[in-house]
Amino acid sequence: MLKDITIGQHYPTGSVIHKLDPRTKILITFALIVGLFIINRFVGYIFVIAFIAAAITISKIPFKYMIKGLKPLYVLIMITFLINVFMTSGEILLSIGPVNVTREGVYQAVFMAMRLILLVIGTSLLTLTTSPIMLTDGIEHLLNPFKKIGLPAHELAMMMTIALRFIPTLLEETDKIMKAQIARGADFESGNIINRAKSLVPLLVPLFISAFRRADELAMAMEARCYRGGEHRTRMKALKMEKRDFISSGITMVFIGILFYTRAM
Amino acid sequence: MSIKIENLTYIYNPKSPFETKALDDVSLEIKDGEFIGLIGHTGSGKSTLTQHLNGLIKPTSGKIVVNNFTITDASVKLVEVRKKVGLVFQYPEHQLFEETVYKDIAFGPINLGLQEAEVQARIKEAMDLVKLPYETLKDRSPFELSGGQRRRVAIAGVLAMKPEVLVLDEPTAGLDPRARDEILEQIKYLHEKYKNTIILVSHSMEDIAKLVDRIIVMHRGKVALTGEPGEIFKQSDVLESIGLGIPQITHLINKLKDLGIHLREDIFTVEEAKEEILKWIRGKGNA
Repeated sequence: MLKDITIGQHYPTGSVIHKLDPRTKILITFALIVGLFIINRFVGYIFVIAFIAAAITISKIPFKYMIKGLKPLYVLIMITFLINVFMTSGEILLSIGPVNVTREGVYQAVFMAMRLILLVIGTSLLTLTTSPIMLTDGIEHLLNPFKKIGLPAHELAMMMTIALRFIPTLLEETDKIMKAQIARGADFESGNIINRAKSLVPLLVPLFISAFRRADELAMAMEARCYRGGEHRTRMKALKMEKRDFISSGITMVFIGILFYTRAM
Repeated sequence: MSIKIENLTYIYNPKSPFETKALDDVSLEIKDGEFIGLIGHTGSGKSTLTQHLNGLIKPTSGKIVVNNFTITDASVKLVEVRKKVGLVFQYPEHQLFEETVYKDIAFGPINLGLQEAEVQARIKEAMDLVKLPYETLKDRSPFELSGGQRRRVAIAGVLAMKPEVLVLDEPTAGLDPRARDEILEQIKYLHEKYKNTIILVSHSMEDIAKLVDRIIVMHRGKVALTGEPGEIFKQSDVLESIGLGIPQITHLINKLKDLGIHLREDIFTVEEAKEEILKWIRGKGNA
């Protein structure tokens, strides 16, 4: 199940979108999110779907793979859908006991569900096309102006890089320890909530110990290579805006303009 | 406890861009009480194979029969299988979690549903087997012990479950030579005392050669060679082609043989080689 989560995973294909500057991609994704909330009628979605579909096609990431990323969110989407269907007042279409399904409710539910699905697909496109290192590099640059008001931009970015770096390692470790304890007769799957929580102790204690050990070793290794925070740190690959970044930003601006237009229509 | 593996195939991440075949149509038979050395490179499928043996992973196809008991059937209770087949993972000390050595070793036996007295007896026995003094160590935290001791606590945790088949995945990885020799010595003693089936996974020919009855060589998910150590080491070119070597001392003996010196063929330790060479020198002196 853990394998199904595609958010935060990088899917390298070497397309133009992959080559875009991470700052451009973050800002475009941000614009897309804002765009999704500007929309107040279905016409707007046609443009968003066209925009995302074009981006997916250019990125060469299999469409199936994108859909798979939605799987863990089915429940969330369904709950949002149902709440909207049943909780909106208006013209009654159908009554099931005490609850009413209204025309406005159905409209609202479909509208919200689409917004949520497009939001997830749009943002996962960012992480799928950008390696974690590029992503945090981009975030660090974008946060730089806020340093003046005391935001530790470099430290935040470094924390994110490390966290992302250790997700697969810790998943692997969890799997290994789990198997080892199962081999010793541990049971993670049956029993009531209290028993299940208790059965996690043999998994969590070794996991924490190894996480702390890794943290210690990593800190030592970084210090051994003279790491001392962001001050005066230079980069091997400095970020540079290219023609393609300006073109894609331009397209996005036109796109947002269209969304505003559909709103006013 | 005999083990029969028939046409076992296992595929990781099926139907995805990351699909890999870890085991490819493996068929094997392991007799009751046999001491097996399972050897192969990283990624040869040996760890995947060992995890199948106590039902931790289900095969994509094929079946495993442990003592007329098909453990790959969907209806089988895996608890029963785990009572019979004990698995010591790589770096088993990473799975320690209790406050005391005693409690940690007790984890397995308690999960088997044993009574307090029986659990205590088994802990004592298991600690004896791995040469850990029961009285002085039982109330210590496992995290205060040395690396070699921690590993022995972890092995004792599996031994206390008294499995009829014991699978050890690289039990000596990352230990210093002395701790390594001690652990191998204890495994050998265990086998002599209980006559149980032992499968020792390793990539060190030196470790395996002097201990086991039979060697199984894995390569790219298939069984490449199987036979007694002597037979296996005769095929040094096959071993070298899959990136494995023969023990250095066996290599030396083979070289001497090529020079026309007649020596016994099944020599895997420096001690034996010394005896043989001395014998040959004396024989020559008399002639």
